[in-house]
Amino acid sequence: MSKFQFPESIKSRPVYGTLKARPGKYHLMIADAEGAEAILHLHEQDAGLMAKAHIIYIPKGSNLGERLRAIRPAQYYEGPTYEAAASRIERVLEATHMGTQIYLTGTEGLMGQAMRACMNAGIPHTAIQTEHRGSVARRMQCVHCKGITEDVETDPFECSHCGLNLFVRDHYSRRLAAFQGVCIDAEDPGNVPEKVELYK
Amino acid sequence: MTIQFNKETFRDDYSFKNSDWAIQRFPFPFHEDSYMYSVNMEQHRGGPAGSVYEKRFDVDEHYISEMEDRAMVLADDPLRCQSLPHMTLAGWDLLELIMVSKSEDYPDLFELHREGDIWRWINKPMGIDDTFTFLDETTLPYGPMEYITRQTQGDFCVLDQRDDNLWMDAGMVTTQADWSLDFDIGMNFFEWHAPVPLAHEKGIFKRALKFLLNIQQGAPARRLNWTMTVNPLLDTSPENYHKWGIQKTTLTPENIGAKQHLRVELQSFFRLPRSNALVFPIRCYLIAFQDIVKSPKWGRRLHRVIRDLPEELATYKGFIDNRPMMLDFLSKYDDGLPTSPGVFPDNETEPALQK
Ligand code: HEM
Repeated sequence: MSKFQFPESIKSRPVYGTLKARPGKYHLMIADAEGAEAILHLHEQDAGLMAKAHIIYIPKGSNLGERLRAIRPAQYYEGPTYEAAASRIERVLEATHMGTQIYLTGTEGLMGQAMRACMNAGIPHTAIQTEHRGSVARRMQCVHCKGITEDVETDPFECSHCGLNLFVRDHYSRRLAAFQGVCIDAEDPGNVPEKVELYK
Repeated sequence: MTIQFNKETFRDDYSFKNSDWAIQRFPFPFHEDSYMYSVNMEQHRGGPAGSVYEKRFDVDEHYISEMEDRAMVLADDPLRCQSLPHMTLAGWDLLELIMVSKSEDYPDLFELHREGDIWRWINKPMGIDDTFTFLDETTLPYGPMEYITRQTQGDFCVLDQRDDNLWMDAGMVTTQADWSLDFDIGMNFFEWHAPVPLAHEKGIFKRALKFLLNIQQGAPARRLNWTMTVNPLLDTSPENYHKWGIQKTTLTPENIGAKQHLRVELQSFFRLPRSNALVFPIRCYLIAFQDIVKSPKWGRRLHRVIRDLPEELATYKGFIDNRPMMLDFLSKYDDGLPTSPGVFPDNETEPALQK
């Protein structure tokens, strides 16, 4: 599958790379949806990785879980949502030690939240790689009510908490693992432009 | 001189007003007839007597009312004041810096009495007389940063310094020009400045950061920044933008002189002794267009600056839609005569308006 090229943006917006198999004692891989393909690609690079790998996967409706299981990672977990998996991820990160390599792949929301968990656990950023795969949907915080709306695919969008119509900014908080949404019709109430798919 | 504190509001009926004294000493931010971002920093070592640059933390006629407005903002939204756990020591540093500075610079308004760790702080304008133990949080009604910044005009960002960068790890932010502490907390210097146009490309933030990292204790620095605000609204926060944004559309040729305000931030930078953090006070001054143009030099210059300001800056500062109406108003105060260099109004020497 071809990878999406994010346009150049401002300095708070995260940028992602391409996962490479690196030497390490232990490999923690956290992925959602099409992120599974990036892990399968890692396996192609170095099949030996999987004997020391722990995969945490959130399918989000994709059926790639079977193929991940088939590459026989030492540990495999599948969860329904990031939220459901969050405490497990924190627990695993707590126990990581020097020489652990971390691979995050899939949607920006997944990578952002897992990255935040890694930072909270004090993992050095040099041990973490990311690769975007699949949907370009964003995790957005409403600057007004502070509610998070997951998987936003259009600009503008409706805040799933307070209902305001928000435009999608590129300003990004790693602490919140979210982009910022700001009321679009504050200066002209009711004049909400047609929703457009992100990057279209 | 003794300051007469105004009883005024920065919301609803907007009774805020500047006295002639406040207009005279307003920190007009343009030293020439045009404006572009630059690394405009200088030492913060006083300034002309009576000017806003004279004292380390300027206190003026708006003090009491600004503190009342801050208390209201915080009651509505406590997230405007936050401090990450490792920033408490920096909060004490800041409390000390402000208490020492204000009691030395305004002995008639503030007193600090220290016996070892037992400190007594008297803030006469606000009617506060508290005794507490320095570095013991349980002896204050709020954390140290919140306690002292509820009594000091201006917003405060407290920056942790590590990895050759500054990190916005604490702050009291209720009079901001449309940015969110709650969103930006934890960011580094380049991340929180990300939305600013043009300045990154010009290398301004790289040079500015280098300067800031080297600021030494006892050698503070300062700079000015500015934007535009319709009505004297202090709390132009993104949090409340869906409520105040509409006010930008209420300007008319008749009311613009009274309603349109130039908003100037006197920003300063102090190194803190124990934590090695940097504190960044952002003091907001507002002035109505009709009061600016009382000084012929300022009227001429503001017209030229706003007229020639690059579109990116007018858009970022949020007044691109109102610029034509501003120029209609301001052009009446520009007769084309040259202006003297520097920011001060020079009312005694500059010629009166020739139109
Ligand atoms: C360490 C202290 C500083 C802090 C905490 C700080 C914070 C901020 C913030 C939060 C913004 C708003 C960004 C947004 O749109 O969300 C901003 C804007 C800006 N900052 Fe800073 N800043 C600092 C120092 C500096 C310095 C030293 C410079 C020197 C050149 C500078 C130049 C600017 C400029 C040019 C803007 C755009 C302002 C406008 O056009 O209205 N800042 N700053």
